[in-house]
Amino acid sequence: MFPTPIQKRSAVAQTVYKVALPVALIVWLLPLIAVALTSVRSAGDITAGNYWGWPSSFNLLENYTAIFQQTPIGQYILNSFKVTIPTVIGAVAISCMSGFALAVYKFKGNLLLFFMFIAGNFVPFQILMVPVRDLTLDLGMYNTWYGLALFHIAFQAGFCTLFMRNFIKALPFELIEAARVEGISEIRIFWFVVLPLMKPALAALSVLIFTFIWNDYFWATVLTQGADQQPITAGLYSLNGQWVAAWHLVSAGSIVAALPPVLMFFLMQRHFIAGLTLGAVK
Amino acid sequence: MNAFNSRLAGALAATTLFTSTAVAGELVINTDTSDPAPKAAFEALIAGFEAENPDITVKWNLFDHEGYKTSIRNFLTADAPDLANWYAGNRMLPYVEAGLFEPVDDVWEQNGLGETLASAKGSMTIDGKIWGVPYTYYQWGIYYRSDIFEQNGITAPETFDDLLAACNTLSEAGITPITIGTKYLWTAAGVFDYLNLRTNGYDFHMALTKGEVPWTDDRVKATMENWKRMLDANCFLENHAAYSWQEALAPMVQGDAAMYVMGNFAVAPLREAGLTDEQIGFFQFPRISDDVPMAEEAPTDTIHIPANAKNKEDAKKFLAYLARAEVQTEVNKTLGQLPINKDSQVGDDKFLQAGYEMLSGTEGGIAQFFDRDAPAEMAKAGMEGFQEFMVKPERMDKILERLEKVRQRVYE
Amino acid sequence: MTAPIVPDTHPPLRRSWWKENQQRLAPWLFLAPGIFMFAVYVIIPIFQSINISFYDWDGLGERTWVGADNYVELMDDEAFYTSLKNNVIWLVLYMLAIPMGLFVALFLNQTVRGIRIYKSLFFFPFVISQVVVGLVFAWFYDPSYGLMNIALGWFGIEPIAVLANEDYVTYGIIAAGLWPQTAYCMILYLTGLNAVDPEQIEAARLDNAKGAKLLWYVILPQLRPATFIAVVVTVIGALRSFDLISIMTDGGPWGSSRVLAFYMYEQAFSEYGFRMGYGAAIAVVLFLIMMVYITGFLWKMYRDEKGY
Repeated sequence: MFPTPIQKRSAVAQTVYKVALPVALIVWLLPLIAVALTSVRSAGDITAGNYWGWPSSFNLLENYTAIFQQTPIGQYILNSFKVTIPTVIGAVAISCMSGFALAVYKFKGNLLLFFMFIAGNFVPFQILMVPVRDLTLDLGMYNTWYGLALFHIAFQAGFCTLFMRNFIKALPFELIEAARVEGISEIRIFWFVVLPLMKPALAALSVLIFTFIWNDYFWATVLTQGADQQPITAGLYSLNGQWVAAWHLVSAGSIVAALPPVLMFFLMQRHFIAGLTLGAVK
Repeated sequence: MNAFNSRLAGALAATTLFTSTAVAGELVINTDTSDPAPKAAFEALIAGFEAENPDITVKWNLFDHEGYKTSIRNFLTADAPDLANWYAGNRMLPYVEAGLFEPVDDVWEQNGLGETLASAKGSMTIDGKIWGVPYTYYQWGIYYRSDIFEQNGITAPETFDDLLAACNTLSEAGITPITIGTKYLWTAAGVFDYLNLRTNGYDFHMALTKGEVPWTDDRVKATMENWKRMLDANCFLENHAAYSWQEALAPMVQGDAAMYVMGNFAVAPLREAGLTDEQIGFFQFPRISDDVPMAEEAPTDTIHIPANAKNKEDAKKFLAYLARAEVQTEVNKTLGQLPINKDSQVGDDKFLQAGYEMLSGTEGGIAQFFDRDAPAEMAKAGMEGFQEFMVKPERMDKILERLEKVRQRVYE
Repeated sequence: MTAPIVPDTHPPLRRSWWKENQQRLAPWLFLAPGIFMFAVYVIIPIFQSINISFYDWDGLGERTWVGADNYVELMDDEAFYTSLKNNVIWLVLYMLAIPMGLFVALFLNQTVRGIRIYKSLFFFPFVISQVVVGLVFAWFYDPSYGLMNIALGWFGIEPIAVLANEDYVTYGIIAAGLWPQTAYCMILYLTGLNAVDPEQIEAARLDNAKGAKLLWYVILPQLRPATFIAVVVTVIGALRSFDLISIMTDGGPWGSSRVLAFYMYEQAFSEYGFRMGYGAAIAVVLFLIMMVYITGFLWKMYRDEKGY
């Protein structure tokens, strides 16, 4: 089983492994492959029930232009960016500071605050739902991208602070002490000493938060509605209600919705995994 | 809201630039008309209104049909449009009671709607005020594939026994007698309504939806027993809980199913899927008891002005426009439904004519629909119960007891 | 009254006051935005929700104090027990993602050509929104043309409408959820495996440890941090199971796939709901369940912190 490196196994085992890999991958990704295939099918294939056979014609361009022309999917995507990007910036900025404070300073209540951030991060959304919606309404931010982004920033601050605090804690503390001896102010220490060392954490956290927020569906339905402001996740669900059984369009829409986080993941893979697995290794 | 929130709101409102002001002459309309025919009807309606009022720009937010039911409450309270479509009768009651709809008596008065829309005035009135403008209604009944009926030697059933016999014949021939998709529940309510109207009559049905009769009443059980007879005759599509009403159209289009208990809006997608008028037929839901006068379902769709609307002036113009005879004629032609305005023309489409004739000659009374006649919570519980009953009829008593419990709480 | 002599050195003095105290004050300055936002959007709402759960409130009109009535009603609500039961099923079965993820990670933990691409493609499902996952699986299960039923047809099995069957529906949705969750656990274990000490394994091999035994006694203990994180994220994922249910079944058929998170939403926000107080009571129950687990997690964190 485990870690006998395949190179040390028999030639047969090696071949079996090399065959098994792609087969396993295809089975694993079968649902996605089906979606990708369906997204280029014609409407005729769909009504004829030809879902799994070879497409009778390739309507890649038709289907994808159709969803952009006939539905507000472009607007949904734009809304997603409008929510996601400020959230990433806001949550990362706030958590850099709070993570720094919790990692570097010893003060009464430090651990308590830290635990508050962690605990809050695990809280079920439903217990926040009604009050947060009311608050957003009272602020006049219901059904706006910034109302949604503001909540996300606040909520993600929990996870991000945990992340940043642990990252900074692992930095050599001597650097900070040396700077203090030189008489450098705390703010300048944060800005000039610690922040430059946090670049990998910033990158990792940014891609992670980007994916989390992009894929958020629950809060999008609670705090926004309608094509004007809703992000793509909620939009896709709504479009699914309109494209009843038009699976070629649903599939094309799904692919479009999935594309930005997927691209983000492939471009920033190293950071993404580093972020996700922080703490998986001691 | 509470003091903390409002103080915070004040502080933030003062410091942010996030204020939304309505553009003058912009009219925001929210509708759930996402299916192709209703969508086209509204496109034309809005274009016509804009042509007549060049200074008004209409901003139209289209919601999907099922999602809208959840959204409406949100936007009425939070981010109200100037107009929103909804339904007449009890279905609008919670919004009227919560003060979310604006009374539009003045629109009715100035445009003489009390006369032209007289037939729907009752279902638009709550507490002596009128709360919107109705623009369409439509019959329910059974739509069927006449070619399949012919092939199997069946004629349109007139009695319940005929219907059950037709079910037997069809299922023996390997055809699903009645297609239905109960994923979103309300389709099952259509069947229940008709069975109850036919078994116990209009007055009992209304008393039940008003919460005046217990669900454990023997008369309700009689309705359910009739339903059970349909289930025993294999009348309904298998796995119906997996489909939406549109998905359940497919077997009928493909010739695998023969009937659909539906509203007239089902005709448009059937035609669009390629069925000709020779292939589609319509008949009134068959008689069950000779002592019970035939009552029908004909839901009315309406448009309302939310109390929080910003541009009520133009909204009223729109309502007046919508109420006009020729506008209702046009809209309903595209919708494939019946106009409310008595001076409008009913389309010469055969289903519209059949529906118009059936409804004008109704002796038993006209109900809206289960989820429009019963309050929302009762409707939800009821429809869930109907869906469950259709799959697990042996649970009848348990289901009715559960509904009775809900009734006692809801109508308190 | 003689004005006190203002010394010229005042500004530097103040600076030195700041200098003296900045280490004490700085953390609070840095923490201020985080604490403010977190308090407003997370901490305070928890207490507001608890408060609302004692009222009868439709979200629009006046609230009426009803004491514990909502909780009493909950105790007699069939749908609540269905939801609770489903939550337990979710929690238990979602845990399968952990061994499955470990299995995939072990399978992929080789150095052959292109393995990096394989690893990232296996991870793919996690990056995709649950909305997309839900749509894909709903279609996969479709009784008339879903792949699953076509495949069953090859073996002569009648189609099963997984999402329309009260006995299967929850399992069907969980299976959909396990797909991305397994990918998540896999990536945790892959990273963990990178850090496994090869010398220890060699040593174990010399002692003739093989297969499952090697895994259990040598590898797994070294993967403990990865397992811990995997359990944490899987439990959260299971209790947050809202998206998939909303998309795949809307709680149906006849409410049999509801979980607490979904039921709460339905009671508070759906067209047929608007019972904010009752919804809040459900949320409080869910919160309490989560609290048990959060407390355990914090306790472990606390021990780790003290261990430093």
